[in-house]
Amino acid sequence: MYPFSYSRATDVADAVRDKAGHDGSAYIGGGTNLIDLMKMNVEQPPHLVNVAKLPLSKIEDLPDGGLRLGATATNSDTAWNEQVKARYPLLNQAILAGASPQLRNAATNGGNLMQRTRCYYFYDLATPCNKREPGSGCSAIGGFNRVCGILGTSEACIATHPSDMCVALAALAPTVRVSGPNGERTIAFEDFHRLPGEQPEFDNTLVEGELITSLDLPEKGFAKHFAYLKLRDRHSYAFALVSVAVGLEMDGDTITDARLALGGVAHKPWRDLSAEQLLKGQPATAETFGRVAAHVVANAVGRGSNDFKIELARRAIVRALKQAAEGQQQAGDVYLGGQ
Amino acid sequence: MSQTLTSAPASGGLPTPVSTGPVRLHINGETQTLQLAPWTSLLDALREYAHLTGTKKGCDHGQCGACTVLVNGRRINSCLTLAVMHDDDDITTIEGLGTPENLSPLQQAFVDHDAFQCGYCTPGQICSAQGLLNEGRAHSEAEIKELMSGNLCRCGAYVGILDAVKEVVDKQ
Ligand SMILES: Cc1cc2nc3c(=O)[nH]c(=O)nc-3n(C[C@H](O)[C@H](O)[C@H](O)COP(=O)(O)OP(=O)(O)OC[C@H]3O[C@@H](n4cnc5c(N)ncnc54)[C@H](O)[C@@H]3O)c2cc1C
Ligand code: SF4
Ligand code: FES
Ligand code: FES
Repeated sequence: MYPFSYSRATDVADAVRDKAGHDGSAYIGGGTNLIDLMKMNVEQPPHLVNVAKLPLSKIEDLPDGGLRLGATATNSDTAWNEQVKARYPLLNQAILAGASPQLRNAATNGGNLMQRTRCYYFYDLATPCNKREPGSGCSAIGGFNRVCGILGTSEACIATHPSDMCVALAALAPTVRVSGPNGERTIAFEDFHRLPGEQPEFDNTLVEGELITSLDLPEKGFAKHFAYLKLRDRHSYAFALVSVAVGLEMDGDTITDARLALGGVAHKPWRDLSAEQLLKGQPATAETFGRVAAHVVANAVGRGSNDFKIELARRAIVRALKQAAEGQQQAGDVYLGGQ
Repeated sequence: MSQTLTSAPASGGLPTPVSTGPVRLHINGETQTLQLAPWTSLLDALREYAHLTGTKKGCDHGQCGACTVLVNGRRINSCLTLAVMHDDDDITTIEGLGTPENLSPLQQAFVDHDAFQCGYCTPGQICSAQGLLNEGRAHSEAEIKELMSGNLCRCGAYVGILDAVKEVVDKQ
């Protein structure tokens, strides 16, 4: 790797101050994405501020009935937390579907939200990429775009956000708490990640210097009817080609509330509010699921090698809705790829 | 205040070569203070500075698990973490699990079940399996397979690896 300097922050204010004092510096959590990118010279911060040991690793009840996930809690500690398993099993399943036990042990919740795309060209310094080098062009359009997006893309970038955890979060709709040079603020999860538009260099709406401090989940956890379905090239330890997070509330066979989000298809975890509306009040039948799935992919655009994702997504939505309605996935199980 | 391991940027735009600093690691029960640059991965620190070459470098990008070690009892990939991030942590490598004269139960099971061919992935497999035992969440074969998926074996010794880990899990 190239030379850089390093410091370990002692509290949130210290971290924010230290980062502001070093141009181009970066926070580092588990390092599982940032160090990889630094080894490839895709990112070259001259200074790192270690936030992994800040006192932000707790998972604790909120007065409104929700649950606060500390930004530096590891993905493992979050997934296996008793409250998460019991009340937000969708989140447990999505986290455990991602990466490997070793990576989840190191990865932090803040870092998971901030992880960068896995578009091949983003990693390949020899090729143009608007996300890595604004204005240079997009090699994935007209290139190998098997892993790229089909919804909400732009002519500047068709990359996807690779996280599994964030797909479940999109369905559960927490608030992201951040602290920065201008104080604290909260961001609705829906507004945290962004679509590429003309500025694919920005993955999200954080302002320079802001540190994620927690994810605050609302009380509603869809613990009875949920599904996280992840489809990938191998059974484990691979990124999603398409994934679907579903949370339902049911009254008999009628869907009374619904959440639906997709991974692997867009620049942000893709929650579809209109599809959720279409599900509400409807019977949990194959006909309903098919109609909703067709609606979600109606505006999907394939770019050649990722065309298959449109049909894959449609079918995955139908299957995930069925699994959720039937309550097939049980809380706390090790995720075994839909077995 | 932050503890900063660097000198101020030089005038003229070029960064000053960043100095190394002392990093205290408790490796296999022994405290070692190593002079390391911030960009030294934990893997390189173990192999090149602590001279413990049991831990292997496969991909150096978190994709194979060969570099798996235990940090405070939990398995992580030592290639995707910096040594400076582990000041004062307890590190266990394959050398710390057992010795040729006194193999750990997992090491013995790997021998008994012929759980390797070239052996390159083996230290990572065994450290990962030790992490899995410490976690105590894998019981069935399906669970062991899923929770050992972070370790690849190019020789394809998976059948033996699974048998070896299962035997020790069952005795737990
Ligand atoms: C081989 C491999 C396979 C993987 N497979 C999957 C998978 O299948 N599914 C999946 O979801 N993920 C997968 N991952 C990605 C993994 O989940 C992420 O690397 C991890 O979540 C990042 O967390 P971290 O704490 O290590 O982040 P870091 O690498 O420390 O940081 C990532 C980014 O977040 C920023 N950051 C960190 N903490 C904060 C904070 N508190 N506030 C603001 N910014 C912050 C950093 O500056 C950096 O830009 C895989 C990774 C690897 C290497
Ligand atoms: S899709 Fe985005 S990340 Fe991939 S090459 Fe195009 S601009 Fe770069
Ligand atoms: S060398 Fe660390 S995972 Fe391959
Ligand atoms: S024994 Fe050769 S790679 Fe596993």
